[in-house]
Amino acid sequence: MKKSVWSMCGMCTVRCPIRVEVEDNNVTWLEGNQHILKGALCAKGSAGPSLVADKERPQQPLIRRGGRGAGRWEAVSWEFALDYIADKLKTIIDRHGPEAIMASSRGGPFQDLVKAFTHALGSPNYSNHDSACGRNVHHASISLFGLGRKGFIYDIKNAKHLVLFGRNILASLRPAEVNQVMDMLDKGGRLTYVDVRQTLTGIKATNFFQVRPGTDYALALALIHEIIKAEGYDADFVERYTTGFDELAYFVENYSAEWAAKECGIKAKDIHELVGQLIADRPKVVFHPGWMLSRYNDSFYASRALNCLNALMGNIEVEGGLIFAKGAGDCGGKGPRALNELSPKPTAKRADGVGDVYKQFEKGPGLFHLFYKAMATGNPYPIKGIICVRHDPFACFPDPQAQKEALDNCDLIVSVDTHYSEFGWYADVILPESTYLERDSMIALQKGMKPRMIMRNKAIEPQADTRDLYSIIKGLATRLGLDQYFPFNTVRELWEWQLEPTGFTLADFEKKGFVEYADKPVLYDREKLEGKFKTPSGKIEIISQKLSEWGFPSWKPYESPAKPPKGQYRLVFGRSPLHAHSHTVNNPLLNEMMPENTLWINTREAGKMGVAEGDFVDVISGDITSVITAKLTDFIHPEAVYTVHGFGRQIPLQTRAYHAGMSDQKLMKGQLQNMDPVGGGLNLCETFVTVRKSSKNHQRKVEL
Amino acid sequence: MNTYTLYLNSKRCIGCHGCVVHCKANKGLPVGPILCEISHEPLKSVRGVPKTEFKFRSCYHCEDPFCVTICPTGAMKKREDGIVYVDVPKCIGCMACAGACPWGIPQHNPETNKAVKCDYCMDRLDAGLQPACVTKCTTHALKLVTMKVI
Repeated sequence: MKKSVWSMCGMCTVRCPIRVEVEDNNVTWLEGNQHILKGALCAKGSAGPSLVADKERPQQPLIRRGGRGAGRWEAVSWEFALDYIADKLKTIIDRHGPEAIMASSRGGPFQDLVKAFTHALGSPNYSNHDSACGRNVHHASISLFGLGRKGFIYDIKNAKHLVLFGRNILASLRPAEVNQVMDMLDKGGRLTYVDVRQTLTGIKATNFFQVRPGTDYALALALIHEIIKAEGYDADFVERYTTGFDELAYFVENYSAEWAAKECGIKAKDIHELVGQLIADRPKVVFHPGWMLSRYNDSFYASRALNCLNALMGNIEVEGGLIFAKGAGDCGGKGPRALNELSPKPTAKRADGVGDVYKQFEKGPGLFHLFYKAMATGNPYPIKGIICVRHDPFACFPDPQAQKEALDNCDLIVSVDTHYSEFGWYADVILPESTYLERDSMIALQKGMKPRMIMRNKAIEPQADTRDLYSIIKGLATRLGLDQYFPFNTVRELWEWQLEPTGFTLADFEKKGFVEYADKPVLYDREKLEGKFKTPSGKIEIISQKLSEWGFPSWKPYESPAKPPKGQYRLVFGRSPLHAHSHTVNNPLLNEMMPENTLWINTREAGKMGVAEGDFVDVISGDITSVITAKLTDFIHPEAVYTVHGFGRQIPLQTRAYHAGMSDQKLMKGQLQNMDPVGGGLNLCETFVTVRKSSKNHQRKVEL
Repeated sequence: MNTYTLYLNSKRCIGCHGCVVHCKANKGLPVGPILCEISHEPLKSVRGVPKTEFKFRSCYHCEDPFCVTICPTGAMKKREDGIVYVDVPKCIGCMACAGACPWGIPQHNPETNKAVKCDYCMDRLDAGLQPACVTKCTTHALKLVTMKVI
């Protein structure tokens, strides 16, 4: 039997809308939703069916029988596994209270389910990966606009100039966004790219600045300085909608283009030229404030400066600028219900101290890495049980060894994932979730210029003994006597309940696979933006009242980043368009395209070490040594070495990915708690590693 | 006379290799055979910006293809519209075609033990659709061009 199913990709967290053709429970074709993506999909998207068919993903629930991480698993039934987890959870709750249990899931539209379960248990400790991703950007955006980082849509396709600081937008690959960038370039728009190395994005740039690692903030400050000096900002907008401009002008007085040129290792004349272009292109200039910006110890301030440049451009709520993300309410509609509405609001303080010890951080998912502190010290109270849903902390946060030591204080570690994760390998129970092509997910609202409801429909029946997340959570809730919070027997019943207040039905999704709340982009009246910024003053706070209240400066005086000692390099990492971090590395088709990562080394630096292209090099940090193939390039700053994140996996059952390439996070020894104190993001580019030619480059090879 | 060619707008191509995987997924190919390729020259600094452009290559569908003449079973064929394709049931997997092709285009499929190559997804073309690589190209940089005699 043939059918066509609207659904949503799940190979990475972009979650592109897709259409899947199925014949006899086999996927015969899948493509990007024609109504949004005109068919476009990336390599990862097309490799989805190869994930489904891959026997190197867990095929049934597994319970650990050996020591943690030893890899001795017993295959058990779902009933047995869920009983086992529920018993352990009950014991933890009896001994330590429900708040001793934490759960984490991937961020984005589907976090509701795991959050609702955590709250239903009576624990406030819901978390996600974001302290290793966008927390600095998020908090910087809140401090300036009163809105989180997803509070604005970047109208790139209508912009005249897109400025990217280390945002490798074409390799990180959100297909809809990438097409906006290409459309902008086709229309003659300019792209400015700033990074420590040349990238897929940078090769399309009009202006390219290869800066010294850790100096983004310096360049951003100089741009502010020069734009103010040239009076090239939108004075009306600044006057009307911002506070603290004079303090900013005073603060940046010493940060001239000439100063930044020296600091960043670039030419002052190029900065002046860029400033001229920005002023000419204003207001249709988008400064991307960063996506994954858990990098340097001033990344929060760098992001704040970039967003402040947006305000100076006066680009808010104008075509080709930053547009407020609209919700259902902006279109006179109502959004879908969330399960969390049914769960009791948690009353206990969070174990990560967010909202309490750390007032500067938004509660939401808190900061995952701080839970390790609670596990290790028992302060403010112990964490004894942890459930990670499609989240692999060992692949995401620094120093997995330190994480394991903290986790050893837990009585229960559960991993729910579609594939084996490094964390799952160390867990007590692995619950295999069905892949995105085999499961239904909750309906979610996607804010935007045209807000819409999106959904994932199961395209095929599960090929192994796996379950969708709602069934798993429901199974646990039933065993724990929490059925009233998850009263729906099927996801379909849940969808119908979610849709009740919206006035839409499931039938409304049949035409295009999504439901839009508006026919045309919804824009606010730019003359009436008062109150749209959710800061205490209702304006864009260049000097933030909240930051002052908490004792943090709104602008941190610039400090030059440390230079690596001789023989050492700053380890930086990034993305390839072929992999979604660690979780696609073992996918047969994607692994074939990119089986391992390399270490990019500046050609001259490699020469000093006697390293040639393709040689093995040792990369050393503390007691960790990794061996990796060297790739020589002139287009990386000599202080930095670079690798693609996600490799160096150590799960024997993933034969393709096993020990292929190098893991950057394992080299970040002692960095697990090295976070930006204001932004909450981890400082993932603050590790120096020793690099040398490896003894694995054999000189002799004796055979029989 | 060839009717079609695949054209890559290198300005829009971002080198994501989507086309390679779209092709493999559509033909249900295992690890091994790769029917189209994206490549680039080393980066060169152009007015201060290190640049390169991506190139796309699949089968050239030659006017007078060596792979067709050398095939011992007549499995390699050229259609009237110029598409060179493998008539799968006839193929014995000897791979003489790959040896005859100056670019080694025909690939061996280890699962079926037969030759496989780019046929512009002729089953899709015949159904009024575009080849997989074109339909799903991430940035819509690949186009199937119908050639005309002027």
